[in-house]
Amino acid sequence: MKPAPFRYAAAQSVEHALALKAEFGEEARFLAGGQSLIPAMNFRLAQPAMLIDLNPLDDLDYIQVKDGALRIGARTRYSKVEHAAEVACWQPLLAEVLPNIAHPQIRNRGTLCGNLSHADPASELPAVMLASEARMHARSATGERWIPAAEFFLNLFETALQPDEMLVEIELPALSARTGTCFIEVARRPGDYAMMGVAARVSLDASGNCSAAGLALCNAGPTPMAALAAAQMLIGSDLGAEVLAAAAAQARDEVSPNGNVHCTPDYQRHLAGVLARRALTAAAARARTGTPA
Amino acid sequence: MSSTGFADEVKVSLTVNGRRYTRTVEPRMLLADFLRHELGLTGTHVGCEHGVCGACTVQFDGQPVRSCLTFAVQAQGHEISTVEGLGEGPAKLSVLQEAFRECHGLQCGYCTPGILMTMQAFLAQHPDPSEAQVREALSGNLCRCTGYQHIVDAVLLAAKNLRAGGQA
Repeated sequence: MKPAPFRYAAAQSVEHALALKAEFGEEARFLAGGQSLIPAMNFRLAQPAMLIDLNPLDDLDYIQVKDGALRIGARTRYSKVEHAAEVACWQPLLAEVLPNIAHPQIRNRGTLCGNLSHADPASELPAVMLASEARMHARSATGERWIPAAEFFLNLFETALQPDEMLVEIELPALSARTGTCFIEVARRPGDYAMMGVAARVSLDASGNCSAAGLALCNAGPTPMAALAAAQMLIGSDLGAEVLAAAAAQARDEVSPNGNVHCTPDYQRHLAGVLARRALTAAAARARTGTPA
Repeated sequence: MSSTGFADEVKVSLTVNGRRYTRTVEPRMLLADFLRHELGLTGTHVGCEHGVCGACTVQFDGQPVRSCLTFAVQAQGHEISTVEGLGEGPAKLSVLQEAFRECHGLQCGYCTPGILMTMQAFLAQHPDPSEAQVREALSGNLCRCTGYQHIVDAVLLAAKNLRAGGQA
């Protein structure tokens, strides 16, 4: 057997899971899809003393849409969200990114909240949460709070969650009218980690100028990277080719990728600039035609 | 199981290829190892053991998953399908298996069970796939012998034969 021994508890309710986490703290890990945690355990990089299995909690398996805002529970698997018509309709950026996350076999098991709790900056999903200005709903045995995505990802594999907290739900706010979004990445094969990926969101006001923008990149540093200065350059502009190119160049300068065996940091920065321009161009075109994606 | 709700060994009851099994195992036992060592179903192969190669792919309630990234205890009450459940035996392969033989879709065969369990579910949802769709669906399964071309040929042939009325 590959993983080190651990004690196992099948959660009987959210309250039961939270009570166990309050008791065992960092010794215990929540087990959702396990598609990142179990490989780490097979390598014995992770050796939790206890796993609290959330898979029995059917009440955490949901996709709710209310006035265009989307809530997704902690046990909701990628494949369900990937194929949900309401996600494609109301949150096209999320629908567009999902086929890029790992392989179908992984998406049949893995969960969005598990991915976000794992906080791998190379994963696409945290960047999409930043670009979407999503909120994270954390619960513990003694309370609950909402954490903005911008304050959730603290460092490599490190989130704002406390040892007794569970990410029970995420919320993506409704897109305003005349909003366009786009996700683009470059990976060596479908399902591989992206060498660089960009999530873009732009909204237009009545005169056709940019009223809101979000731009975030994955595999671009120790956390998912929000290109805040680049997004700020777009506000009030006409999203013409010139300003998009300038914002993309700014995004390229904002990232700090580490490089890996497949790509140097310089190449990743180059990709960041190229992909930011393409993603913003596509998002702007979608906003103008009224088709978000 | 103790009153606090956790245990050192756990009883697992599950269905594999329509047959009910019950075993008592450590929670850390992976589903892949459970199938092979506890049930003797060695058709499920173990490759990388960290979710990259796809050799251990089985169907969990009808959906392909990595059995090296699932604990056996998590299959409690669920239905697992493995390559042993595909055809009726060497004398009567499934349409998909037959297409792999016809197209020379395997060489050493190590990756084949995982590819069959992936593609059987894929074809059920995509009865008339393009070559590009087949290649994308295959992206989670590594084969180091074939270069994939004959696997793609086999899946496309199986799709054609299934449309003509066979059973996957």
